[in-house]
Amino acid sequence: MMLASSLDSIGILDSLIVALLGYCVVFFGLILLMIVITIMGKVFIAKDKKAAEKAAAAKTVVSAVPVAAAEPAAVAPGSAGKLKLYDVEPKTAAMLMAIVADKMGKPLNELRFISIKEVK
Amino acid sequence: MINVGEILLNLWEGSGFNAIFAGFTSGGWQNLVMIIIACVLLYLGIVKKFEPLLLVGIAFGCLLSNLPLGGLYHQELWTAFMDETSEFYHSYGQVMREGGLLDIFYIGVKTSLYPCLIFMGVGAMTDFGPLLSNPKSLLLGAAAQLGVFVAFFGAVCMGFSGSEAASIGIIGGADGPTAIFLTSRLAPHLLGAIAVAAYSYMALIPLIQPPIMNLLTNPEDRKIKMVQTRVVSKTEKIIFPIVVVIFVALLLPDTAPLIGCLMLGNLFKETGVTDRLSDTVQNALMNIVTILLSTAVGATMVGSTFLTANTLKIVVLGVVAFGISTAGGLLGGNVMCKLTGKKVNPLIGSAGVSAVPMAARVANVQGQKANPSNFLLMHAMGPNVAGVIGSAIAAGFLLSVFG
Repeated sequence: MMLASSLDSIGILDSLIVALLGYCVVFFGLILLMIVITIMGKVFIAKDKKAAEKAAAAKTVVSAVPVAAAEPAAVAPGSAGKLKLYDVEPKTAAMLMAIVADKMGKPLNELRFISIKEVK
Repeated sequence: MINVGEILLNLWEGSGFNAIFAGFTSGGWQNLVMIIIACVLLYLGIVKKFEPLLLVGIAFGCLLSNLPLGGLYHQELWTAFMDETSEFYHSYGQVMREGGLLDIFYIGVKTSLYPCLIFMGVGAMTDFGPLLSNPKSLLLGAAAQLGVFVAFFGAVCMGFSGSEAASIGIIGGADGPTAIFLTSRLAPHLLGAIAVAAYSYMALIPLIQPPIMNLLTNPEDRKIKMVQTRVVSKTEKIIFPIVVVIFVALLLPDTAPLIGCLMLGNLFKETGVTDRLSDTVQNALMNIVTILLSTAVGATMVGSTFLTANTLKIVVLGVVAFGISTAGGLLGGNVMCKLTGKKVNPLIGSAGVSAVPMAARVANVQGQKANPSNFLLMHAMGPNVAGVIGSAIAAGFLLSVFG
């Protein structure tokens, strides 16, 4: 088969070979990319899974209960009820609630915190 | 006393009207026909809204370069530029000295600067998330390059040279910048016809694709709802352009300018620390380059090279390339549908032609016609952006063979 500049007056058979080869090269390139992206995706999924497990473990320290499970006690409009703190500073509690809301991907006002206590 | 008659005669003889009508048989008619074609293209761009951002500039560039004696564009300079026996072979200095405004604009096309900068803008506007969440989309992007190679083969059969056939074939990639990039390197004399064909057919995708989609998919498969894909993390999106540029540019170094700019633009978008650059690339730079690119490409549409039987052949081959690329993507979609146990709607295969996001929108519309509760847009975006990479690889291959 001819090459490069001499291909300007390409024959029909040669052009058929070039066309087939080109289509194969496109597939090869994109399959290679697909393999790389798939591996990359699997690594990230595994990483996310680990992070989720860690977050779940952290939840046992701070007990967050969804609104549905909240006490039916009447509270003032806009209030999420009372929060009991055991050996935890209010500032630390606020920070923990913000972290939990962030990790759960839910707005803070949709979560109800019953109590926070330090595990010693 | 001033001879008014002589002044008026000189004015007439120095006018473009005289150049057209006095030299009607020696090229004047070509100017006239090209002016009419430019007006038709302006009508299509402004009234029919066929890719107006590009077609209006292309049509106006065509109009300017075909107004005799304007001196905006000199085809003979570029003929000498490409002629190995000429003393001005590859002499940009000669173009700068003797060229008009549109000749200077055209340097950016000739050096591939504009297509690459456009690709940077495209990268900054593209979300590769759907592709990352479903990497199999890349296969559809590859399948949809079928038209490139079938049209290439068809062009050779119709008597075009290898370089010309490669430039015509790339119309099937449905990617304007890639078509201009390749044609300006391999067959610059066909640039005007190929650019107009590529952008016109891209605008006509909503008319060209649906009949082929209906023909190559069955009604039941078109109703298939696809499940939502996973959420892609920010880190993945940042790593992706770096990985792509390494793998693709190493595989086909000729694609490096296009893929490099595409991925650089995307990296600007995804890093989160280059927002200003991303904004500039997406808007200001993109708009400026579009003006320069479109008028420069339009300027190459001079009668002597455009009004030939080859232009008609290119128009026919272009639509064949588009149609076959769509068919290739749909066949890939059908195969994927069968292999996954009807989890993939084959319509998304048609989006493998890279006209982003038009082809994905068409797939979504067709899907909703079959099943109004079907939303295929995000699923179709995967093959759609894969098509951009696929057509760049196809262009790189053709460039490495014929360049």
